[in-house]
Amino acid sequence: MSNDNGYLVEVKDLKEHFPVRTGFFEKTMLKAVDGVSFQIKPGETLGLVGESGCGKTTVGRTLLHLYKPTGGQILFEGEEVTENNINEYRKKMQMVFQDPYSSLNPRMIVEDIIGEPLDVHKLYSSKGERREKILGLMETVGLNAEHATRYAHEFSGGQRQRIGIARALAVNPKFIVCDEPVSALDVSIQAQVINMFEDLQKKLGMAYLFIAHDLLIVKHISDRIAVMYLGRIVEIGDADEVYHSPKHPYTVSLLSAVPIPDPKTAKERQRIILSGDVPSPMNLPSGCAFRTRCPYATEKCAAECPSLTDRGDGHMVACWNK
Amino acid sequence: MSVEENKMPKRSPFSAQIDLAKFELATEEEKRQQDVMSESTTFLKDGMRRLRKNPLAMGSIVVLVLILLLIIIAPRVVPYTYSGIITVDGVRDKSAKNLAPFTYSKLEQKYIDEGGEVFPHILGTDEMCRDYFMRVIYGTRVSLFVGLFASVLVLIIGVLYGSISGYAGGRVDMFMMRVVDIIYSLPDLLMVILLSVVLSQVITFQPGSLMAKLGSNMVSLFIVFGLLYWVGMARLVRGQILSIKENEYVLAAQSIGAKSGRIIKRHILPNCISVIIISTALQIPSAIFTESFLSFVGLGVQAPMPSLGSLANSARDGLQSYPYKLVFPAVMICLIVLAFNLLGDGLRDAFDPKLKD
Ligand SMILES: Nc1ncnc2c1ncn2[C@@H]1O[C@H](COP(=O)(O)OP(=O)(O)O)[C@@H](O)[C@H]1O
Ligand SMILES: [Mg+2]
Repeated sequence: MSNDNGYLVEVKDLKEHFPVRTGFFEKTMLKAVDGVSFQIKPGETLGLVGESGCGKTTVGRTLLHLYKPTGGQILFEGEEVTENNINEYRKKMQMVFQDPYSSLNPRMIVEDIIGEPLDVHKLYSSKGERREKILGLMETVGLNAEHATRYAHEFSGGQRQRIGIARALAVNPKFIVCDEPVSALDVSIQAQVINMFEDLQKKLGMAYLFIAHDLLIVKHISDRIAVMYLGRIVEIGDADEVYHSPKHPYTVSLLSAVPIPDPKTAKERQRIILSGDVPSPMNLPSGCAFRTRCPYATEKCAAECPSLTDRGDGHMVACWNK
Repeated sequence: MSVEENKMPKRSPFSAQIDLAKFELATEEEKRQQDVMSESTTFLKDGMRRLRKNPLAMGSIVVLVLILLLIIIAPRVVPYTYSGIITVDGVRDKSAKNLAPFTYSKLEQKYIDEGGEVFPHILGTDEMCRDYFMRVIYGTRVSLFVGLFASVLVLIIGVLYGSISGYAGGRVDMFMMRVVDIIYSLPDLLMVILLSVVLSQVITFQPGSLMAKLGSNMVSLFIVFGLLYWVGMARLVRGQILSIKENEYVLAAQSIGAKSGRIIKRHILPNCISVIIISTALQIPSAIFTESFLSFVGLGVQAPMPSLGSLANSARDGLQSYPYKLVFPAVMICLIVLAFNLLGDGLRDAFDPKLKD
């Protein structure tokens, strides 16, 4: 392993700009992700939160080269992942998708959905071995082996998500991007599936990039948390640190929406209720993208975009005032 | 209604309280039953069930099967050919001209009176003393063959082109679709006429081969179908693929490392196969109709090979005296075209209710 700093995944200044047709001849660049950097250690979970539309999904997909990055670097075990060598990494990095309905092919049976990674990478020597592996995977994610020959549309949302997880696990990945894997599920099932993610991590030791728009879910499962706003990370740090002493006004505002069971903490905590709409990612404000909704915004915020600076113990915040 | 009311536990009418004593905890067994799902129905089974409930579609299938049986069996039973003059006892019967259905010529009558046996002329004979029933049968054969062959041609080219264009997207897609637009704007009948004129000069076929029998007009018809008519199919398939590509299962396949060919074959085509089948079923009658039309205006199959259109055309001459000669091929065309159209509609309703517009 040519890995000198111990990181499994390292993302440096990742950018993903989508060309969007705005007129008959005009094209504008939609900056879905604009300079995102983070690191994930083996076996660690990084939670990624932010409002919907802030570019979380795009980060996850670009990380796996499902979209061609506009700029930046992705390193896996210290080696740069590029378009040319991505196939080697398809076995090491996997993804669980947000929508359990559109992420499973309705014309395939469960066995073939879970078996597809095995087929693609030829991970078996006989039909029997293939079946054995598939049944093993189904058991791992808590699916009934009798359901192997059923079509995906016959399952409930939670069961479908388990099928998607089994598919991701089939190649024994070291890293899984979980893109809001529970947000489409019933609240009663969300906890089950999240616990399963935790159990699987304990058992198999892979790292997660766990995307959610709900801070509570992320806090529960993550070692570290990154908060995203309009294509950039505004705060990243230890999960407890970010949750209990948030620095960036945006993180504070996200937490203000979370009910706090302990009245003492509730009183101490500062609250920010956001007003105004999220600006369009096609027409970002100058300087700090958050300044249009920020109660502390100054002239400096409009002039220059703050970068992440360390506030101790790797707790990084991108804000001029806090 | 009243029975159910009686069963309800008595409580004050406005109370929202639920009597917990009436509930009991679900057993493990019952919890597991929550997991038990409806009977496994595949896409195909489901569609076939719906198709079977559609009387028009089922009627069309019956009609098509009957026609198919007729054109397969009739030539084995009836002793006449589509091109030969009727012979009686080995002698050409020049008097058997324009006979009415189930009548005999003088020569035949004499032969029967002498104790010989003559197979009846079910639809009479034409002006060249050929058995008209056999001509209609062969005409149907030719028309169906043309329809099926042209549709298969359209299917192959259209699906290949459309799936490449839709899957590749971006600039490739844009270029490929402009080509389609150009082809779409060409007047197809004019192209058939021009091509058949050119081809008849340029190409010579091996005598006796199927192509030679059909004639250069038919070959140019196929070529025109191959060159022009696939664009509808290509557009349809491309549109389908564009929408299917949006599904996360395609991304999932990519993240697994599946190659484009596999993704198209395993994920995209199976999800638009119903649309492809349906529009092929609807393509067949349109091809048959075009062929009939061209044969009717004299650009169809080469004589003596009949097609339904050319039969109708030659029936025009004696329309005053023998109107039934127009009726038979015309009814046959109507039956086939109608049956395929109704079947296509039935397939669409059964397999792709979304497509109904
Ligand atoms: N393929 C794409 N083409 C153009 N714009 C896109 C594409 N995917 C996402 N976007 C845009 O990028 C922004 C971020 O989207 P996304 O990453 O899905 O956000 P999130 O997952 O945080 O809800 C949105 O404004 C979205 O409209
Ligand atoms: Mg998303």
